[in-house]
Amino acid sequence: MGATSTSIRSQSGKVRRAIVVGGGLAGLTTVIKLCEAGVPVDVLSLVPVRRSHSVCAQGGINASVNTRGEGDSPQVHLEETIYGGDFLANQPPVKGMCDAAPNIVFMLDRMGVPFNRTPEGLLDFRRFGGTLFHRTAFAGATTGQQLLYALDEQVRRWETVDVEDDKGATIPGEKMVRKFEWWDFLSLVIDDAGLCRGIVAQDLKTMEVRAFPGDAVCLATGGPGILFGKSTNSVINTGTAASAAYQQGACYANGEFIQVHPTAIPGADKLRLISESVRGEGGRIWVPRDPKEQRSGRDVPENARDYFLEERYPAYGNLVPRDIASRELFRKCIHERRGIYNPRSNKNEDEVYLDVTHLPREVLKKKLAGVLEIYEKFAGEDPFTNPMRVFPAVHYSMGGLWVDFERTADGSVALGSPRNQATNIPGLYAAGECDYQYHGANRLGANSLLSCIWAGTIAGPAMVTYRKNLAKSSWDCPSSLFERAEKRDEKKFAAILAMEGDENAYALHDELAHVMLVDCTIERKNATLDAVLAKIEEIADRSKRLGVTDRATGKMNQGAQYVRHLRNMIVLARVIAQGARNRDESRGAHYKPEAPARDDAAWLRTTLALHQGEVDGAAAAVRFVREVDYPLLGAPVHATDAVDVSLVRPRPRKYEAADAANRASARPPEAGAQNAPAAAPTNPRTGNRANAR
Amino acid sequence: MRPVKLKIKRQDGPRQPSYWQSFSVPWQPHMNVISALMEIQKRPVTEGGERVTPVVWECVCLEEVCGSCTMLVNGRVRQSCSAMVDALASNGETITLEPMTKFPVVRDLVVDRSRMFDDLKRVRAWIQIDGSHALGPGPRQSSENQEVAYPLSRCMTCGCCLEACPQIAKPGAESATARTARGDFVGAAAINQVRLFNMNPSGQMHAAERLDAVMGEGGVEDCGKAQNCAAVCPKEIPLVDSIAVVGRAATKRMLLGWLLK
Ligand SMILES: Cc1cc2nc3c(=O)[nH]c(=O)nc-3n(C[C@H](O)[C@H](O)[C@H](O)COP(=O)(O)OP(=O)(O)OC[C@H]3O[C@@H](n4cnc5c(N)ncnc54)[C@H](O)[C@@H]3O)c2cc1C
Ligand code: SF4
Ligand code: SF4
Ligand code: FES
Repeated sequence: MGATSTSIRSQSGKVRRAIVVGGGLAGLTTVIKLCEAGVPVDVLSLVPVRRSHSVCAQGGINASVNTRGEGDSPQVHLEETIYGGDFLANQPPVKGMCDAAPNIVFMLDRMGVPFNRTPEGLLDFRRFGGTLFHRTAFAGATTGQQLLYALDEQVRRWETVDVEDDKGATIPGEKMVRKFEWWDFLSLVIDDAGLCRGIVAQDLKTMEVRAFPGDAVCLATGGPGILFGKSTNSVINTGTAASAAYQQGACYANGEFIQVHPTAIPGADKLRLISESVRGEGGRIWVPRDPKEQRSGRDVPENARDYFLEERYPAYGNLVPRDIASRELFRKCIHERRGIYNPRSNKNEDEVYLDVTHLPREVLKKKLAGVLEIYEKFAGEDPFTNPMRVFPAVHYSMGGLWVDFERTADGSVALGSPRNQATNIPGLYAAGECDYQYHGANRLGANSLLSCIWAGTIAGPAMVTYRKNLAKSSWDCPSSLFERAEKRDEKKFAAILAMEGDENAYALHDELAHVMLVDCTIERKNATLDAVLAKIEEIADRSKRLGVTDRATGKMNQGAQYVRHLRNMIVLARVIAQGARNRDESRGAHYKPEAPARDDAAWLRTTLALHQGEVDGAAAAVRFVREVDYPLLGAPVHATDAVDVSLVRPRPRKYEAADAANRASARPPEAGAQNAPAAAPTNPRTGNRANAR
Repeated sequence: MRPVKLKIKRQDGPRQPSYWQSFSVPWQPHMNVISALMEIQKRPVTEGGERVTPVVWECVCLEEVCGSCTMLVNGRVRQSCSAMVDALASNGETITLEPMTKFPVVRDLVVDRSRMFDDLKRVRAWIQIDGSHALGPGPRQSSENQEVAYPLSRCMTCGCCLEACPQIAKPGAESATARTARGDFVGAAAINQVRLFNMNPSGQMHAAERLDAVMGEGGVEDCGKAQNCAAVCPKEIPLVDSIAVVGRAATKRMLLGWLLK
């Protein structure tokens, strides 16, 4: 370790910065943690960070604060998250997250998030899917927006703070945070020893390609929902950055686990989400008992309605986890042809009712205005008087870049360990929806915002430790390393601009999205998946013959940028579809009618995918492995695909029973499982009944 | 199927001349202006059959919460994602699209709104927390307080209020910093942030700094009270109230300053 390893400056006197790519909740939290530890940061984002996709989150963020005295606790939160995820998540990081949740929500409150309040002035909590407790803090129905703004404001404050040298004197012209907004991440800069030394990115206003040195890099680039075409995601969620890192050797885990949200509004450009919080506040899902019913929803009498979720799942009702609810809706509409009549098209559509018309308007306005406004604006109907029409839509990726964690003896994560959120490329970290760590085979509602902030909370300190112990700063690496990377990506971009083929990138994306959506989401069949994989190869091949629609240089060129994103989507599509093809079982969001049961003996393991072959789409393959080995600060690290189930013992997942998700808390795990939870919390069964609607 | 007609003001790059082009795309159910633009992107051919570069615009969330897709639709500043085609052109009328005029154009319909983010710095729109580590719950707040603060906090930095404000000048060649130094009007969005943070129990402790930032040239005094801002704000933020509240507080602080001199 050199004498300069903890210095703020490199040997040549440059300020040694870390890099965070992405300014959603995960990225911004990472930035704040780095700055608080005195590490200056460069933040890059496709869009001004205040417009990141996190802004869309509506419903809320989970934390077991137990303000209602229901007997909720972080332990119950852990159990329900694990159970909801069908036991595929490593349990220590989830425990760390659930334990930290109350303090995360308090921190956000201190940052000024206008959370809804109780009469006593405390934080109000509402119900969300997969739990019987009131555990979700919320700010109206635009919680993600409010959280993003709070973090964005803190980061903006760091933009005004000067960097200080080792003696505490300010370094002129250097601020703790430098923002690069409207920049697209292209690739990692990896040195001969395999260490990530920085990144290459492109300025989207001028198309200039530039390398950025960074002592540690964190990707916090969000999910890949746009790969499926229309989804609830923002248009920038192509997964391009994670895909690029994967192609450079980062391991991608559990890619096949894609969450389909049960309730979204059909649209021409986007399937807009109607948040689970609508059901958390008492919204009900139903279809008419008679599929020939043509009366408008509100005129259908009570006894002619089929509240099918409530009937089948008496305790959880409309709040069963999303994978289950989506499959039930799919079955009603697709298999039983019970979708509701739509007077505009004069036929039965694949839609069901989501009804809030029985709830007091006052409550709806206070707690759900943001969502109901979206319905009103985009569906053109008044949700206060007419039941809304909804159908499932692709929403979230449980899978993502594989990241490590360091376990403590009591089954949590060791804070400050450089292994936390570390990918298998030393120096590269990942946090947020682009990592795979917290949700197993299915994410519970309102756990994502939490996992993003928690991942950032531990990624920051991990990067600080990594940087401190780095033998040689990236800022002391030869400039040729960065110039080479820059040249490589400049050349690639020039090649895109020169493409004169007959294929159209947008049309090709439509084709890819169509097969992925139809054959690789709610129900997956092996024969069909084989066809999907063949189609992906065909598309990959055709993507070599694209014609670029815009050849502008030196100024914003979205057409050329899109070609790159499309190619990266094709690569991820292969990972997702092949992972789904291989996994012959049903677990959480991954459902195969041919293998409807969960198979722990064969498949209680993480899918680990490595890229093989040519970078950029064609002639590539996915190599699935059972182990990950990587060197971290000179020491080898070994990880396997075995899931750490030491805290909550796997058991069948059946939401038909009243307390299915947290039943384990009453029973310590059997011998063999390590580290039984300390004390069983109050059995929630009695506590929550009064609050069930 | 009936076509959707669009007339779009284009500009190839910063400080270049603008020109108009017309397009016609197939109608789809639930169509908004963005889906019409997406059709042009797929097939960038004008109504006259000329192959052109696809129109460039900005959008992220597509549900009117990120603020990015703001432009002039039929001359009115608004988000293009929530501009529904059937409502705008129920009889096949031509829809016109133009970039906002109070911000420098990057290309076509994309403008650079960095000045708005700079203004958030200028008014210190944040809470001065001691740190992000565990420091226990935040201050208690009444529901009434939350019900005032939350709507103010929904500002998505879209720029509609600046676009509509007669006190905001069209961009010249100078940078945002130069503009602030020259004393340009800060605009309703940033003033609203001052109100928001100054009513927060912790934010109050630094209220004076934020008021100072909107006093003097380019500050709240420069508002001509035309109220255009409130009329165009898509989130219906009570901007006129915010300006009044901040204006009163600023006056009070100024008087106090004189008394103490
Ligand atoms: C409609 C909707 C509602 C939701 N509601 C909830 C909810 O109520 N509760 C909940 O817990 N979760 C919710 N979720 C999920 C949650 O919003 C997301 O999972 C979460 O916000 C992801 O945050 P993130 O920080 O990982 O990434 P994002 O917020 O997606 O941010 C990604 C960042 O990376 C940047 N980026 C991406 N690619 C590049 C690149 N190539 N180069 C440079 N920068 C790049 C982007 O610009 C952006 O700044 C919802 C999701 C949707 C779609
Ligand atoms: S009221 Fe003030 S801020 Fe609003 S438009 Fe008029 S001059 Fe501008
Ligand atoms: S105050 Fe309203 S109009 Fe102005 S930027 Fe904010 S949301 Fe847009
Ligand atoms: S795209 Fe976000 S407001 Fe229109």
